[in-house]
Amino acid sequence: MEDPHGKEKPQNQPETGKKNTSRRKFMKSLGLLGAGAVTGIAALESAHFFEKAKTKGGKKQILLTQDNKLVEVDSLEIKALEKSPGEQLQDAGRTGIPGRRWVLVVDLAKCRNARRCISACQEAHQLRPEQYHLNTLQMQDSPKTAPYNMPKHCQQCDNPPCVAVCPVDATFKRQDGIVLIDNERCIGCRFCIAACPYSARIFNWFDPRDAEKYKDQTYNVELNVPQKKGTVSKCLFSADHLREEKLPYCVSACPNSVYYFGDENEDAVTNGTTKETVKLSKLLRDNGAYQLMPELGTKPRIYYLPPKNRLFPFEPANDEQPEKS
Amino acid sequence: MAESTPSFENISRDLTSHINLSKGFKLWMGFLIVGLGVCLYAYYLQLRDGLGVAGIRDYVSWGLYLSNFVFFVASSLIGMLISGVLGMIGIKWITPITRIAEIIAIAFSAIAGLVIVMDMGRPERLAYVFIYGRFQSPILWDVTVVTTYFVLSALLYYLTLIPDLALTHRKIDKLPPFAGRMYKLLSLNWADKPEQNVIIHRSVKILLLLLIPSALAIHTVTSWLFALTLRPGWDSTIFGPYFVSGAFVAGSSAVIIAMYFFRKNYKLSNYLTDVHFNNMGKLLVLVSLIYLYFNINEFLVPGYKMRRADAIHLQDLLAGHNALLFWTVQIGGLILPIILLLFRKMRTPLPLMLISIAVFIGSWFKRYIIVIPTQEHPFLPIQHVPLNFKVYTPTLTEIAITMVSFFLVLIIITLLSKFFPVIPVYETANERGVKTTEIG
Repeated sequence: MEDPHGKEKPQNQPETGKKNTSRRKFMKSLGLLGAGAVTGIAALESAHFFEKAKTKGGKKQILLTQDNKLVEVDSLEIKALEKSPGEQLQDAGRTGIPGRRWVLVVDLAKCRNARRCISACQEAHQLRPEQYHLNTLQMQDSPKTAPYNMPKHCQQCDNPPCVAVCPVDATFKRQDGIVLIDNERCIGCRFCIAACPYSARIFNWFDPRDAEKYKDQTYNVELNVPQKKGTVSKCLFSADHLREEKLPYCVSACPNSVYYFGDENEDAVTNGTTKETVKLSKLLRDNGAYQLMPELGTKPRIYYLPPKNRLFPFEPANDEQPEKS
Repeated sequence: MAESTPSFENISRDLTSHINLSKGFKLWMGFLIVGLGVCLYAYYLQLRDGLGVAGIRDYVSWGLYLSNFVFFVASSLIGMLISGVLGMIGIKWITPITRIAEIIAIAFSAIAGLVIVMDMGRPERLAYVFIYGRFQSPILWDVTVVTTYFVLSALLYYLTLIPDLALTHRKIDKLPPFAGRMYKLLSLNWADKPEQNVIIHRSVKILLLLLIPSALAIHTVTSWLFALTLRPGWDSTIFGPYFVSGAFVAGSSAVIIAMYFFRKNYKLSNYLTDVHFNNMGKLLVLVSLIYLYFNINEFLVPGYKMRRADAIHLQDLLAGHNALLFWTVQIGGLILPIILLLFRKMRTPLPLMLISIAVFIGSWFKRYIIVIPTQEHPFLPIQHVPLNFKVYTPTLTEIAITMVSFFLVLIIITLLSKFFPVIPVYETANERGVKTTEIG
């Protein structure tokens, strides 16, 4: 083995100048040669394209534009959209709906644990019966306080612990406040499940429900269907419905007017059962709204109205368990 | 074997005589490979049917695989303690143990990376971690530092092995000729020249300097996978040092077990002497006491305050359905070994090895206790789900997949220790004042 720091360096010194000039010369000629070659190829290529254009062009096609105008377009100019439907859904899904800040208000006084919201949700998101994007929990804060039913969604936190820990940007926060999950990106590490203090996330431990039936369906990141084995899923405020200006699945399925859904920027929320729209700030102020574990600093986007003057008597947990899986 | 003044010839013969293809070795390797094959079939089942073949579900979503990962990272840290810390401050008695510690570091850190892949729902998307990696995620930090530590450990092992490779090339005659050529190639024409020794010496020093922070980093970052969440039981500021000190307990016991079997199977009792076992026993007591100190902090401080979420978690650990495991591990795997090892007789090879096995198993279950019970007690109640969502029970398939990692580690340790001198020949000779230049 030779000492890498040999003593030959000083001897080389005088030569370096000479070497540099010759190298510069070489680089120059190489550059000229390269430029020449590129121009030549480009010229040939454009000539070829021009020839092709002459032979195939000339056909005009009449098309209808998005704003209902008929236009005539040279058939050569017509190009297929580069992005597949799946990719377009991905782009829209990751961008969100500009100008919106979605918010959900849950009136605990009205919930009688009908669980219609759950079945609507599971139907829309192709979930198995034991998989919940949304679960209604029987809560009792301390021994002397009254028990109540609490629908629990993903809180769509503004400071989401799940998004912070995701190693691949599979779960992300959009400009309209929704935290989404992209199951074409998810690697299934389940760090987000561990990090979520609200236990809002679920995992596809096996092939999802009806995997065969939906296997050719284009993946819609705003609905997270078709579900994929080995990836995480969660409530996403029915982002696909919001894009169509509809209320979320759970909100419109509720028979007991528990849910109000709307846009914080407009300061308006609509009740899913009565379709009545009220002022968000007034609703929160008049009813003493609160959030789930705000002390954790997650900044949830869901507000709860306390179970005061309950409309229905509390029925003890009818905890029938779905089939083991 | 060794006389009162052993020559270099004697030392090098003793320390390379285990390099052969003995019947015992073939049997042992055969056993490991068959075991590995059976357990790999379980992994195939998981790939086919999904992670659900394991007992993990939506609430306890990190189970055996992840606690095993933590254990593997932990065990690998011993390379840094023995070669790095003790070596740098010039402790002499560790010379014959350094390479064993490095073998353990290499084997466990290499397999730790694999273990984590077995825990992925979509292992075929592993490359996404590099393509789409977000540096906010502690997983990225973990991947970075575990890889770094593995490379540093492997380099350290290899550099210190170079002189012995040249020697092995000259010594062995029980292996096929291609093996001889391999040793020559790997030894990079080393010929015990002073300038060559300077290069190795300097590089090793740099490696040791880098090894210490990177080892601290791997286990601190691994502890942050938990401590950076808001969950009661994980939300702790001392998780970094708590994990690092626990890692030394696991690693020291692993080294002692390895020492015992190398000494016995490779007939090294003149080199791995009772003094070494005695000292390793003392080291194990020291690191166990430090770990006990962190345990007291970790459980007493929240236990005194009994914040609601912490109280539910602690009640389950100390008196609930995880209590039996908790107390067995804390007493059998930590407190009793500390007491026993205070007696000199218990620090002789056989008792020390047996105690180390208890500590090693205890260390494994300790990771289970850190990882699983927390997830059984989230802030909000677990309702309307099947029973196996509420209580985690590992499945047989899951246990078999976990065994894959142990078979792989044993295969790496066996191969490295069998085909390369497991005790540094030149360093041993230098330390005993024996001239090394008499052959060459």
